[in-house]
Formats: sequence, C-alpha cells, structure tokens
Amino acid sequence: MKQVVKRIGKNDMIFIGVLLMVGIAVLFAFSLHREKGSGWVIVTCDGEEYGRYCLKEDQTVEITDAKGQVTNVLVIAEGKADMAEADCPDKLCVHQKAIAYAGENLVCLPNRVVVTVEAEQENGLDGFAQ
Amino acid sequence: MKNEKHDAEKSNPQKLKSEKSAAGRKRSVSGRWVAQMGLYVAVALICSYIETLIPIQFGVPGIKLGLANLVVLLVLYTMNAKDAFLVSVLRILLAGFMFGNPFSILYSLSGGFLSFLVMWLLKRSGKLHCISVSVAGGISHNVGQLLLASVVVENYHIFYYIPVLILAGLLTGLVIGIVSQEIILRLENRTNVC
Repeated sequence: MKQVVKRIGKNDMIFIGVLLMVGIAVLFAFSLHREKGSGWVIVTCDGEEYGRYCLKEDQTVEITDAKGQVTNVLVIAEGKADMAEADCPDKLCVHQKAIAYAGENLVCLPNRVVVTVEAEQENGLDGFAQ
Repeated sequence: MKNEKHDAEKSNPQKLKSEKSAAGRKRSVSGRWVAQMGLYVAVALICSYIETLIPIQFGVPGIKLGLANLVVLLVLYTMNAKDAFLVSVLRILLAGFMFGNPFSILYSLSGGFLSFLVMWLLKRSGKLHCISVSVAGGISHNVGQLLLASVVVENYHIFYYIPVLILAGLLTGLVIGIVSQEIILRLENRTNVC
C-alpha cells in the first residue's frame, strides 16, 4: 500500500538552484552598486518631485496632496527618514523601516508618495547649490 | 487574461476523462464541483485571515508567507487550471473586501495573476514538481506586485527592493511548496479511494 512518491527531482533542484543564484546575484549586484547617500531625501508625489530634504537636519515634513490636505508625515531624525503618519488604509509605509542609505525608499501606494534617499553622484552640484 | 481562461477551458475535457469519480456528470454544474469550490475558497479565505493575524513586519512591504497560495496549488493539482484561477481571484476579492482595502486588492490581483500564469505554465510543462511551481509562484507574485506598484507611483526607485523580494518569494514558495506537496499526495490518495 505504501509507496514512495518522488517529491523532488533533478529538474527541481536545478530550477530552484538557478533561481537562488539569480536572487543572490541580483542582491550582490545591488549591494555592489550601493552608492553613498547624498544626505538628501527626495519626496515624489504622482511621479513628480515634491521636495528635497536634508537628512542631517531633524525635521518634520508634512506631505500634502493637491487639495492641500496632509496625507503623510515624514520625520527626519538622527540621519534617518521615517514615515510617521499616513492617512491611507494600509499604513504599509508607516510600518516600513527608517531609511538612510542611497536608493532605499518609503512607498505609500494609496497616496502615490515615494520617499527616496538620493545617491551621491546624482546630485553633486545640487548639494552645493543649496 | 481572456486567452488564459480560454486555454484553461480547452485543457479541461482531457482532465475530466481522467477524473473517474465525476463520471457521467458535467463538471460545471455538478454539486460535487460546487461543494469543492466552496470548500477551497473558504479555506483560502481562512488562510488570508490567518496571515492578517501575523504581526511581524519585515520592513519591506509585500513580504508575507502566502498561505493562500497553498490552496491555489492544491486546486491546480487536484482539480484544474480554470478552477484554480477562479479560487485565486475569488479569494483575493473576498479577502480584500473583508480584511483589506481597494489597494490591497489591486496589488494582490497583479501578483495573483502573474503568479498564477507562471505556475500554470510551469505545471503544464510537466517537468517540474509542485515545489518548483510554488517557488516560481512565490517569486512571480512579489515581482508582479512590484511591477504594478512602480507603475502606480511612477517611480522606479522602488526596484531597490527587488533582490529582497525575489529571495523572500523563493523562501516562502519553498515552504508553501513542501507543505502543499504533502497535502496533494494525501488528497490524491483519498480521492482515489472514494
């Protein structure tokens, strides 16, 4: 009655192995590519730049929508940016960890707000200009 | 989308013939089918509910166990692709209205569609076991969500999280794959007995 059923084959090993390699390779590529943060975060709404804020200054940024209503509250403290409040239902952005490294971002999908730490090369000049 | 359904329907008759227990009856109207689908959707909903109870946040949005995928895999293997698709969509809509919000429905749907497509194609290839299908499903679910998210926010910086999401999808897919493989083996034994 009892029969041994094959649960995993050679193909599966290769398939999962390749996916694992790809995952690790992408992770590695991204971490190699990791640039130093410029010390600024960019806030975008609907794909358009909303504002840039310095990570070195402790500050609270209220992000408002087109109607002027506050949708998200971004708090910058100790060189990290964290979403403190959001009026969206899922609060995923509030649950996200504070960001400090280049490329890291906070995403609020319902309000279409993205907060990204700027990479250094992108803005060398702007940093001085401001 | 429509092609997918159409193809699924095409592949139906062959599977029906092999399903001796449903002999003589049209599956689409049989009580057995209604009962089974109801059962599977209910189990999938419970899985979704259990997931909302898990309080751990990983810091990256979108990482979750994907318990409901277990049910989709079960249906994909024990019934057919069309039913699996139906369970998946129904589960997402119902769970979204009960425990989520319009946005969670949107993201679940994008992940659900992509992962279903990938799992269905891989299963059809017949070269891989359930575990690989599940791993591919886990990864493609996360990738699908990220793709939609990047379109919605019109910001491609969020691809920063793709390595983490790929690895997380692989890991959760592995766990779900192992569990569903065991359940499928036992379910198949049971239905053969009936």
